[in-house]
Amino acid sequence: MTAPNHNLRKFKNAFMQTLACVCTVLVVLPLLLVFYHLLKEGFTAINWAFFTQLPKPVGETGGGMGNAIVGTFILLAQAALIGVPVGVLGGVYLSEYGGTKLNWWIRFAADILNGVPSITWGIVVFALLVVHNVTVFGQVLIPRGFSALAGGLVLGLMMIPLVMRTTEEVLQLVPGGYREAAFALGISKWRTIVQIVLRTASKGIVTGVLLALARVAGETAPLLFTALGNRFWAHSLTEPIAAMPLQIFAYAISPYDDWHRQAWAGALVLLLLVLFLNAGVRFLTRDRFQRKG
Amino acid sequence: MALTIFALILLIGWELVRGAKPAMLKFGWHFLVSSDWDPVNDVYGALPFIFGTVVSSFLALLIAVPISIATAVYLTELAPLWLRQPLTMFIELLAAVPSVILGLWGIFVMVPFLRDHLFPWLQKSLGFLPFFQGPIYGVSMLAGGIIVAIMIIPIITSVSREILRSVPGLQREAAYALGATRWEVTRIAVLSYAKKGLFGAVILGLGRALGETMAVTMVIGNTPQIVKSLFAPGYTLASVIANEFNEATGDLYPSALFEIGLVLLGVTVLVNIFAQLLLKTFAGPSVQPQH
Amino acid sequence: MATTPKNPPALTARNLSIFFGANQVLKKISLDIAAKAVTAIIGPSGCGKSTFLRALNRMHELNPEARLEGEIRLCGEDIYASQVEPVIVRRRVGMVFQKSNPFPTMSIAENVTVGLRLNGVRERRLLAERTEQSLQMAALWDEVKDRLHAPAISLSGGQQQRLCIARALAVQPEVLLMDEPASALDPLATQKIEDLIIQLKRDYTIVIVTHNMQQAARISDFTAFFYLGELVEFDATTKIFTNPAKKQTEDYVTGRFG
Repeated sequence: MTAPNHNLRKFKNAFMQTLACVCTVLVVLPLLLVFYHLLKEGFTAINWAFFTQLPKPVGETGGGMGNAIVGTFILLAQAALIGVPVGVLGGVYLSEYGGTKLNWWIRFAADILNGVPSITWGIVVFALLVVHNVTVFGQVLIPRGFSALAGGLVLGLMMIPLVMRTTEEVLQLVPGGYREAAFALGISKWRTIVQIVLRTASKGIVTGVLLALARVAGETAPLLFTALGNRFWAHSLTEPIAAMPLQIFAYAISPYDDWHRQAWAGALVLLLLVLFLNAGVRFLTRDRFQRKG
Repeated sequence: MALTIFALILLIGWELVRGAKPAMLKFGWHFLVSSDWDPVNDVYGALPFIFGTVVSSFLALLIAVPISIATAVYLTELAPLWLRQPLTMFIELLAAVPSVILGLWGIFVMVPFLRDHLFPWLQKSLGFLPFFQGPIYGVSMLAGGIIVAIMIIPIITSVSREILRSVPGLQREAAYALGATRWEVTRIAVLSYAKKGLFGAVILGLGRALGETMAVTMVIGNTPQIVKSLFAPGYTLASVIANEFNEATGDLYPSALFEIGLVLLGVTVLVNIFAQLLLKTFAGPSVQPQH
Repeated sequence: MATTPKNPPALTARNLSIFFGANQVLKKISLDIAAKAVTAIIGPSGCGKSTFLRALNRMHELNPEARLEGEIRLCGEDIYASQVEPVIVRRRVGMVFQKSNPFPTMSIAENVTVGLRLNGVRERRLLAERTEQSLQMAALWDEVKDRLHAPAISLSGGQQQRLCIARALAVQPEVLLMDEPASALDPLATQKIEDLIIQLKRDYTIVIVTHNMQQAARISDFTAFFYLGELVEFDATTKIFTNPAKKQTEDYVTGRFG
C-alpha cells in the first residue's frame, strides 16, 4: 500500500527538519561567539580604573573609559527627556484620540521613521545644531559646534517613534471597560486617561521606554557628527562629550593593542548594559503572561 | 504631539535637501552614475557607494533569508515545546546587540578567520568564478555582506515567526489529514499560505541592511571601487558618510556627502514603505517591525 | 436504510481511552464501524466525539499532550502499532473538517490532486482522470468543470466543503471521517452534502460526527451515543431513535438535554 516515493518523502522530511535545526544553531552561534570573545578579551581590562579614569595619552597603558560611561548616561538622560514625553503623549493621542484615517497615517509614518538609518538622523541634527548657533530672539541659546546637547537630541528624536508605537500598543491593551466605567462615573476624558488608563498600562509603557533606551544606547553613527567624543570629562552640555559606542569605535580602529583591549572591555560593559535592559524588560512582562495562564 | 512625527519627517527631508543642494546643482544626475570620488579635486560621483550598498545588502539577504526562514520554521513547527519560548527570546536579544560591538568582533575575530580560512577555501573550490578571484585581504565586500547578514537575521526571523504563527491551524490539519509528512505540511499549508507576509519580512530586512553603518564600516575595507571580486574591499553609502563627514572641508565636499545621505534615505524609505504595505495587507496591525 | 452490517467491520476500537495530560477524555470505548455504511456519532458538546473521530486517523496526536490506551484496528491491522507510520494511516483514512479548508494558494484542480502528487503521481492524464472522478463523486464537477484552474477560495462555502470532500476522496481512502461537515453551511448546502453522503456510502465507509440529530437519523445506518467520554449506546440508527435501550439515550434524542 505504500507509494513508491515513500522513502524519498521520509528522507526529505528528516533532511529538512535537520536543516532547520542547523540554521537555528547558525543563528544562535554569533551571539554566543561574540559574548565569548568579549569575555575573553575584555575581562582582563576591567578594573576599577576602567570605570573611573580617563583615557591615557597614546602610548601609555592603563587608563579607562570613565568619561565615556558617564557620557553615555548623560546622553541617555537627555534622550529620555526628549523622547519620553513626546513619545508617550503621542502614543496617548494615537490610542485615545484622533480620527482613524489620520491615525493610520501617523502610525505608518512612525513605522517608516523607525526604519530611517541612524546615520541619517546624525547628519540632520548636525545641520540643525552643529553648523550654526541656535538663536532665540537674538540671544544665542546653543552655540554652534559638536555638543552633548546635539547628541542627546539626536538620540531623543530617534526614540520618539519607538516610544510612541509601543505606548500606543500597550494602551490599546487596556480593556475598554475601564474607560467606560470611568466615563459613566462622570470623570473627564483627560483625567480618565491619566489616572486610570495610564496607571494600568504603566508597566508596559516603562518597558517600552527601556527598550527604546537600550536601542539608542548602542547607537554610534548618529553620535559621530553630534556628540563627537571627548578625551576628557565633559564640563558643559555645549561641549563634545564621550560616549561608550564612540570610544569603542575609536579604539577598535586604532593601531594600539592596549586600546584594542579597552575596546573589548568597553564593548563588554555596553553589551551587558543593553542586554540587562532587554532581559529586565522581558522579565517584567513575563509576569503578565503567566497570570493569563 | 503625535503630529511631531510628520514634523520629524519633514525636518529630515528638508535638512538633507538643503545640505545636498549645492552638490545636486553642480552634478545633477551625473552624481548617481559617476565613479569619480576625488575630494582633492572636488569631483564627486556616488556610483561606487551605491554599488557597495547594493551588493553588500544583496549578499546579506542571500545569506540571511534562507537561514532566517528555516529558523522561523524550526521555532514554530519543529522545536520541542519547552525550547520555543527561550529560543525566541534569545534571538530577540540578538537583535539588540549594537552594531559597533558586532563590528568590533568582526574586525578582530571574523575577518582574520575569513582571511586565513574561509576565503582561501572558497578561492580553492570556487575560484573559477570571477567573484572568488583576486587577492585576499580579509576586509572585503563579502565580509561586509556576512556581517550585515548576522545583523538582519534576528529581525527577519522574528517577523517571519509571527507570520508563520498566524497561519490557521486548520490549514495544517488539512495537510496532515491527507497523509503529509511534517515537512510537506510546512511546505504546502504554512509556507505557501504565508508567502506574502514572508516576503514583507524579507523586504524589512533589506531596509535594515541598507542603512547598516558601523559594523559594515569596520569590515568592508572602505575603498571606493567597483570590481567583480568579492574578496576586494568595498564602500557603502552609509560608510562613506561615517568616515568622511567630519573631515569634509569646503562647501562641495560636505554637500556631496549630504547628497549621499539623501540617496540613502530615499532608497531606505522606499524599501520600508514597500515592506510595511506588504506586512499590513497580510497580517494586519499585529506584526511590529521593531524587535 | 440497511441495518445488517456487512462483514467484516472496517474499523474496530477496543477499550480505547484517551488522555490530554491528566484529563481523561475518552473512557474505554469499544466499537465496531461497519464497512460501506454510515456510522453517526452523536452526543452533547464536550462528550469526546470529535476526539474519538480524530483517534481513528491518528490526528489527535497533533496535540503533544495526547496519550492513548487501548487499540484501534483498520481492517484488522492495529494502526497504533509501533512500526506503523501515521502518514500511511492518514492516507487510508481520510478526513473532512467542520470548516472547509481548501489551500488558498492552489487552484481547484491543484487542491483535488495535492494528495496524489504528494504520493508521487506525476502523469497528467492520471491526475486529470482522478480529478474528474473525485469531483463527480463530490457532486461538484458540473459546477466547476470549466474553471478548474480558478483559485479554490473563489468557491462558495458549500462548494468549498465539497471540494474538500473531493480532495479527501482523490487518494482513494478506505474510510472517510467527517467532523460536523455541514455545521457551517446553510440548509441548501447542507442538503447537498447529506445527499452526497448517502451516495458515497455505496463505496466508502463513513464515520460522521454531528450535533444535528435529525441529520444523524436521516443519513446514518448506525449511531453511537457518547456522553462525558463514555459510549452510552451503539446500535442501528432506527433503533436508537425509535426505541433506545438506555434512558440517557432516550433523553438526549428527544431533546430533554443537549
